[in-house]
Amino acid sequence: MREIRYREALREAMFEEMARDDRVFLMGEEVGHYQGAYKVSEGLLDQFGEKRVIDTPIAEAGFAGLGVGAAMVGLRPIIEFMTWNFSFVAFDQIVSNAAKVHAMSAGAIQVPIVFRGPNGAAKQVAAQHSHSCAPFYTNIPGLYVIQPSTPRDAKGLLKSAIRSNNPVVFLEGETLYGVKGEVPDEGVEELVPIGESRLARAGSDCTIVSWGRPYYTVLAAAEKLSAEGIECEVIDPRTLRPLDTSLMVQSVKKTNRCVIVHEHWPYGGPGAEIVDRIQREAFDYLDAPLERVTGLDVPMPYALNLEDSVLPTEERVIDAVKRVSYAK
Amino acid sequence: MMVIRRFEEEAARNYAKGKIGGFLHLYIGQEAIAVAAAEVLREGDYIFQTYRDHGIALARGMSPDAAMAELFGKDTGCSRGLGGSMHFFDVERGFLGGWAIVGGHLALAAGTAFKSKYSEEDGVTICFFGEGSTNIGGFHEAMSLAGLWKLPVVFVCENNQYAMGTPLERTSPLKDLSIKAKGYGMPGDRLEGHDVEVVQERLGAAVARARAGEGPTFVEIQTYRFRGHSMSDPAKYRTRTELEQRKQQDPVMVARARLLELGVAESALDDIDLEVDAEIDAAVRFAEDSEPARHDVMMSTVLAEEDVS
Repeated sequence: MREIRYREALREAMFEEMARDDRVFLMGEEVGHYQGAYKVSEGLLDQFGEKRVIDTPIAEAGFAGLGVGAAMVGLRPIIEFMTWNFSFVAFDQIVSNAAKVHAMSAGAIQVPIVFRGPNGAAKQVAAQHSHSCAPFYTNIPGLYVIQPSTPRDAKGLLKSAIRSNNPVVFLEGETLYGVKGEVPDEGVEELVPIGESRLARAGSDCTIVSWGRPYYTVLAAAEKLSAEGIECEVIDPRTLRPLDTSLMVQSVKKTNRCVIVHEHWPYGGPGAEIVDRIQREAFDYLDAPLERVTGLDVPMPYALNLEDSVLPTEERVIDAVKRVSYAK
Repeated sequence: MMVIRRFEEEAARNYAKGKIGGFLHLYIGQEAIAVAAAEVLREGDYIFQTYRDHGIALARGMSPDAAMAELFGKDTGCSRGLGGSMHFFDVERGFLGGWAIVGGHLALAAGTAFKSKYSEEDGVTICFFGEGSTNIGGFHEAMSLAGLWKLPVVFVCENNQYAMGTPLERTSPLKDLSIKAKGYGMPGDRLEGHDVEVVQERLGAAVARARAGEGPTFVEIQTYRFRGHSMSDPAKYRTRTELEQRKQQDPVMVARARLLELGVAESALDDIDLEVDAEIDAAVRFAEDSEPARHDVMMSTVLAEEDVS
């Protein structure tokens, strides 16, 4: 296997799926001539031309809705939001239209569309550009919500998302685009299934569930805890809707304790959903209350020292694991 | 037109009886527009409408049985009881829905038009909405993209004078909405909607333009609904005189007068009326007798089946 960046993995997924299926096209702000605001779509215009790599005006509701309409009659659009923060002005298109029409038409109309783009905090881009959007979209039946942490999952899940017959909210990591990781060699096709979690690190003492940017914080914290004799088992859900809790429950039955670490705000969302499911499915196995390490319950501040304190830190993860382990 | 008229009257009666729930928006008074539109469209074309969607669905060929059963919340309805009055669908006939968020479906229409162009097909999309939609952002963004990319879509504003209960002069600085078209780089047209022949000719021209690859058109059609916004609206915001005046231009009566003028026998028209009465009565019986909407259908249509290889 070779190592490539998360950004390149996404680009390969789009390249391969566009080469495979003429119905797939990419649309969004600056995806073509500018080569992508975050360079995810770099080179795609040269390869596929203006017909299939389409720059739009700044009109998220318009082009998201246009994509939904095109998907309803058989195309397979990839709609890029320059960041997920801008999806809010297209929220109605995703929630009222994309997620509803299959049900409202009693299954007569499918919406095979992927909405993708960077999600979550970057660095010092403040309150309006730092939203961690999973809670908004995971609440909605009719959508898949995917948030890959690694380059391999980013590629394999984006390919699956593009081939899906359902609308997919695909949350990338603004700070993960440069992360390198192992991805199957060129010519080796891997479709990571939607709705399957992944064991990222084996351990016997405490289960940690995490995804997105904090996933890396957790892996680093797990190494430090290991040095102190606490072995953490780390599980990455990868898909947040539908949520696969099988590995988590299995793990908690072994470790008897669990910490969930996520960037989104603490009120509700997939983090709280995981707590709910684990306490129900593994209640008799728990030796401590489940704990969550989350983004703090504030609009993201600009100042770096404050931003660092809002996002989950290794220290907060270590503290939480020690608390549920009754360790000092 | 008579099918729509009688269907809507019967729907209102059954709503009053409690057989139909939710919101019910009637098309009475606007029939000529749907009928004319259905005439100028062909297979491979797409249609979008707001929640006031019974008229165009019937005009396009949906059976009154399937339409009435949907209102009754039955499994035999056009959306199997999952959509209701506001969400009729008939994909086989290119009718892609009644949509109930004002302005939210215009971009979808741009999307199906985009598909026609992308796939090098000559399909045209026609998208209906009320004058109330012309103030919301969804209108602006869809018109912008359609104009920019010269998409084969006809935007038809059915200006029935009231955005729910608020008259046009209190919602728009313009009296002539068709001039908005210019701002989106497309031609605008404006006409009265009570004469089906006139509407057919003018919509036909816009559809032909789109089909020829010349891009979108915005058509404002002046019309009037004889009932309130929905069944819960007694329409106290307008005068009886205004309503009576408008009823002088009832599209059904205008069409009838025209047919008589062309030499059609009055008895032939009466026969049609009787046939339609029987058809709608049968639709009500069909709806009454149908099985209720199914829980398993609801649960299995949240997501589409996957065939990922």
